[in-house]
Amino acid sequence: MGLLQYFRQEKPKKGSAKLAKDRLQIIVAHEHSSAAKPAYLPEMQKEIVAVIRKYMEISSNDVKCEFTDKGDEDMSVLEVNVALPKQHTPY
Amino acid sequence: MAKVIVVTSGKGGVGKTTSSAAIGTGLAMSGAKTVIIDFDIGLRNLDLIMGCERRVVYDLINVINGEANLQQALVKDKRISDLFIMPASQTRNKDALTKEGVEKVIHDLKADGFEYIICDSPAGIEQGAMMALYFADEAVVTTNPEVSSVRDSDRITGMLSSKSYRSEQQLTPVKVHLLITRYCPERVEKEEMLSIDDIDDLLGIDLLGVIPESQDVLNASNLGEPVILNQDCDAGKAYQDAVDRLMGIERDLRFVTYEKKGFLSRIFGG
Repeated sequence: MGLLQYFRQEKPKKGSAKLAKDRLQIIVAHEHSSAAKPAYLPEMQKEIVAVIRKYMEISSNDVKCEFTDKGDEDMSVLEVNVALPKQHTPY
Repeated sequence: MAKVIVVTSGKGGVGKTTSSAAIGTGLAMSGAKTVIIDFDIGLRNLDLIMGCERRVVYDLINVINGEANLQQALVKDKRISDLFIMPASQTRNKDALTKEGVEKVIHDLKADGFEYIICDSPAGIEQGAMMALYFADEAVVTTNPEVSSVRDSDRITGMLSSKSYRSEQQLTPVKVHLLITRYCPERVEKEEMLSIDDIDDLLGIDLLGVIPESQDVLNASNLGEPVILNQDCDAGKAYQDAVDRLMGIERDLRFVTYEKKGFLSRIFGG
């Protein structure tokens, strides 16, 4: 490598600060989203599954409970989604 | 109008007590009657940092339990006339701090003419820390440019906006300030340390001040003198700037950029 090239070369930045920031951004965002959810959500989901199971065969993965906080509007939304196996579709 | 200011962080060892001592002393130097309350029940240390450990007779828990009155428990600073310290109990456990008890102490301090009530929080998010922040009007979140401290600061900021009296009563939210301590501009320059902008992006809190990493802080604690009293050192000046900003005076940031030594000063020293 020529002498001129040596001086022109940009020194690679070896610092770890960038990685620290990236990791923090992910964990902080994650903790914010989980902090907004009520603590009883998993328990409630189990109970909903138990009630539906009295009447039909479903797996615990078929019920999805989502809690969203509508920041600007004055409300939160609880969304319960139950995916039923085909044979239980009423006709 | 009296102000209750909590100095908190979540993580331990980031400089809460050092900052409480410096900020309280700075506010008192401006002529405002100020008290610093140690909420670290069982692990009191504010008395040592303030250099009044041998004059502690009664403590915060004694006052809450009615075993002593305010005047008996307050330790008057020997250097600054408007400065008082309320020590924590060294023997009881944290559950001795009740909401009602703390509320009464703060109420009585206000009635006694105190303008600033600084609550030096213990680390963690248990009873002591929650009581220290519960009645706060403002908060100084002390943060080191380091991952675990930043994460815990974010967590405690969440607590301030959900678990404080102001949030529960739906009053104006607690005014949260960020105080970065142990900042090392040289390492930031080398990208080895989170920068002020990085921390600001992550936490989104108004910056109150940046205290540079400094040997003078340890010296000050060895002597039992709040570092702000040493106005010849960078850390002391940086704390003074932070106190001024807390009182609404604009101050430019200092000691946050790394001055590379020039060719001549490297040779001749400088």
